[in-house]
Amino acid sequence: MSVRTIFLASCLSLLSSLAFAAMPELSISIKDHRFEPAELQVPAGQKVKLIVHNLDATPEEFESYELNREKVIPGNSKALVFIGPLAPGEYPFFGEFNQDSAQGRLVAK
Amino acid sequence: MFSSAVIVFREVLEAALVITIVLAATQGVLNRARWILGGIFAGVLGACLVAAAAEQIAMAFDGIGQELLNAGILSAAVLMLAWHNIWMSRHAKELVSHLKQVGSNVASGQLPLYVLATAVGLAVLREGAEVVLFLYGIAAGGSDPLSMMSGGLLGLAGGAAMGALIYFGLLRIPTHKLFSVTSWMILLLASGMAASAAGYLAQVGWLPSQRPLWNSSALLSERSVPGQLMHILVGYQERPTAVQLAAYLATLASIAFGMYLVRPRLQKPTP
Repeated sequence: MSVRTIFLASCLSLLSSLAFAAMPELSISIKDHRFEPAELQVPAGQKVKLIVHNLDATPEEFESYELNREKVIPGNSKALVFIGPLAPGEYPFFGEFNQDSAQGRLVAK
Repeated sequence: MFSSAVIVFREVLEAALVITIVLAATQGVLNRARWILGGIFAGVLGACLVAAAAEQIAMAFDGIGQELLNAGILSAAVLMLAWHNIWMSRHAKELVSHLKQVGSNVASGQLPLYVLATAVGLAVLREGAEVVLFLYGIAAGGSDPLSMMSGGLLGLAGGAAMGALIYFGLLRIPTHKLFSVTSWMILLLASGMAASAAGYLAQVGWLPSQRPLWNSSALLSERSVPGQLMHILVGYQERPTAVQLAAYLATLASIAFGMYLVRPRLQKPTP
């Protein structure tokens, strides 16, 4: 193997390890039209995978103007929402179909 | 009841405004009612199917199916609206001159109504799917389904009324200016849809996820009714990202350039 091949191979493996670097995963549930927990801490400046479990029988829409996200989650199922990278701060979100009770926020630190 | 009225109103409004602008843009065109109604019915039918398959769609493609579907629907609608606008920039003059004969065809080509019917159908499909899902949710076990259902109907009526209001407002525009006004509205509508599509693709990581360029929520909130209207009509977003802004401007420029390219040049009068 030439030096060049080794160099290329190591570049590739570095790139792939970056690409597959574990993205922080967070879980949140919807039960009785409320988010549980209603407040989540996320690392700032990093992409985060949020798994929203809807334990209610009715659909819900995870929505946030501050996060620029909206996603419908059918009843008794889960959905992924990719968030960030976020600047430190608070980001409220809500369930559009049950806005009175379904309120929560992300705190990026 | 009030909250369900607001939710349904917001979803219906978006589809209603697309239908309104398309109706205004097709003044005097033969068979337009049949095509546009067909688009609406197909959209409603599609919305029910999408709502029924919501769970499968949500988990398709490793959990990003819903975003991809939304981005796809929006992009297809953008293409249809772009096509219409470019076609109109070539034929609007003829259409205006033929408008006195009710139900005219345009001499050099039929207005491609299936394009507009598709755009209408897609708008109804996207917004309708959420309404169907929401109302289904109420029926499936929400508290006091009767008051929620009546709220839904109230929202539906409100959205339709708003559309009608804008429609009759547009009709007050003199005929020779009407098509240029509706062309502008469709141009901005399509650009806003492209920005939303880019937002969905960023949400799933197909486009870079970025911090917003600015935050004008204090100036005009997207939650307010004027903010919602501006969001639908001109694609206003209180926190746009660079990718979304780029999608907006690129769509605006491409359609405008296409319209410029095909527009009929002034010809010297033949003796």
